[in-house]
Amino acid sequence: MADCNGILVIGEMTGDEIASTTLEALAAGRSLLASLPGEKLSIILAGASTAAAAQIAIAHGAEAVYTIDDPSLSEPAPEAIVAISEEAVRQASPRIVLGSKTLLGRDVMPRLAFRVGTALAQDCTALAIDGAKRLLATRPVYGGNAVATIACTSKISVAALRAKSIDAAEPDDSRVGLIVTLSVDLVAAVRVHSVDRVEQTAEGIRLEDAPVVVSGGRGLGGPEPFKELEKLAALLGGAVGASRAACDAGWVPSSYQVGLTGKTVTPELYIAVGISGASQHMAGCSNARTIVAINKDTGANIFKDARFGVAGDWQKVLPAFMEQLHELLG
Amino acid sequence: MTIKIVVMAKQVIDPETPTSAFRIDANIASVPANQSPVINGFDEQAIEAAIRLKETSGDAHVTVVSVGSGFALDVIKKPLAMGADELVLLDDPAFSSGIDPTVTIAALAAAIAKIGDVDVVLAGRQASDWDNAQVPIGVAEALGWPIATVAKKVDVHDRTIRVECVLPDGHEVVEAALPAVVTVSNELGTPRYPNMRGIMAARRVQPTVWSAQDIGLDIAALSTAFELISLDKPQSAVETEMITGDDDADAGRKLAQRLRDERII
Repeated sequence: MADCNGILVIGEMTGDEIASTTLEALAAGRSLLASLPGEKLSIILAGASTAAAAQIAIAHGAEAVYTIDDPSLSEPAPEAIVAISEEAVRQASPRIVLGSKTLLGRDVMPRLAFRVGTALAQDCTALAIDGAKRLLATRPVYGGNAVATIACTSKISVAALRAKSIDAAEPDDSRVGLIVTLSVDLVAAVRVHSVDRVEQTAEGIRLEDAPVVVSGGRGLGGPEPFKELEKLAALLGGAVGASRAACDAGWVPSSYQVGLTGKTVTPELYIAVGISGASQHMAGCSNARTIVAINKDTGANIFKDARFGVAGDWQKVLPAFMEQLHELLG
Repeated sequence: MTIKIVVMAKQVIDPETPTSAFRIDANIASVPANQSPVINGFDEQAIEAAIRLKETSGDAHVTVVSVGSGFALDVIKKPLAMGADELVLLDDPAFSSGIDPTVTIAALAAAIAKIGDVDVVLAGRQASDWDNAQVPIGVAEALGWPIATVAKKVDVHDRTIRVECVLPDGHEVVEAALPAVVTVSNELGTPRYPNMRGIMAARRVQPTVWSAQDIGLDIAALSTAFELISLDKPQSAVETEMITGDDDADAGRKLAQRLRDERII
């Protein structure tokens, strides 16, 4: 293999559109290139129809776009994407491969890392290049109780970014880039076959997509108070979550659980009511833009991560908070 | 025909450890291993999945394999009490658990090859310490086997594994030919508590202990992927503003006003 050089982003598509997490990865790639003068940013886009997405990737700084259009790629296909990515790595011979820790990335990135002879720097929240041109990856570990910085020491470094850790950059439509069409045997790559897909239509907004999440914990004392949280969430156009303690107690279904063993949410506003803030829970919500905590224990861990806190009895705080909100929101 | 199942399970620090009790040894950039060890939660679900397979198929053999050093025997023997048949500990100072999964993947793949004729490998979807979610995938790659991830149900019929994989808006049913690897999620259901009979049976079983040499692993020949530069307690980037008022209700009203002032709502 020739000398490894440049950055390759493993792009993801949502239908025929480029995923927001991929735009974040492109922004991360461009900022790393500042420390790698003369090197290039490339991307892979695989989907049913990638032409429009390729132009958006170029506007976001990709100088070469490896594409493959196939109807079978309209659904998430990790094995096919791994095979395509492997081929693109062979052609582009990058120094760094960047992906996202998404549903698809979770399956694709570790496999790709293994196939190119390294391991994945998983769930990264910041990336940098050191003096020896090694990739430095910073990531939360132990459920957010610790932060590790690792240097990637293999010939090719592979990293997956946590969603919303890095802001996407403004597109520049004057940029130009090269489109390279890949040819990969997708049928041979697939050994796990989908036989059925069962959709559960959840009521209201999905927890993971909600701009506002109102979560309740052990401090609520039972299932009844969650009705109040539902009202607050409805008022703010959000969804209701819960801590593990509240789910384990059977107050709400386990699908409500936010945390290391539940869902990861990244809303604009996260309101935690009666949640102590064990690291196990914070791992699922610490990337929210603003955390508001209501807890009667002034020493609760949650106040460390909260932008605004009220140390008080939620039974008194919450009704007044909601009444005032009603007034303010008209 | 007996279905031969291997469950990969890891001993980790209890993730419910309060933040205040969590310690990092800065000198060696590691977390002291003796902080209240438990079996990784998702791995217990993988053990549960294995025992359910044993019950439904009527004929399965479950071996639990764990990699590390300094095992707490009363903790790591719990799968036997739950109903697993055998326990293999890959115990070698070179197997100390770190952020680089390279050695762990190689050790597990070598052990599964040594056990031989394995049909199904089960593991938790991720571990609560380094949270890499890549050892099972690496093992599948090393063995050249297919893998289905984040399962809530696992069945085996006629040399085919059928898995219900959790999706954000439902689930997908997938099938693959054996041998295969499956990672298990909490949606599978609560792992059973060991009963008295199980606990007594587990006491009589001694784990098989293999070193790197026993599984023919030349660790020096493996190239590591990472060098740990630092391991620190996170710095809270947030400056907390505590809202107070004449009473709790007043604080609630002021909180709403503050959020409005900051254009958060």
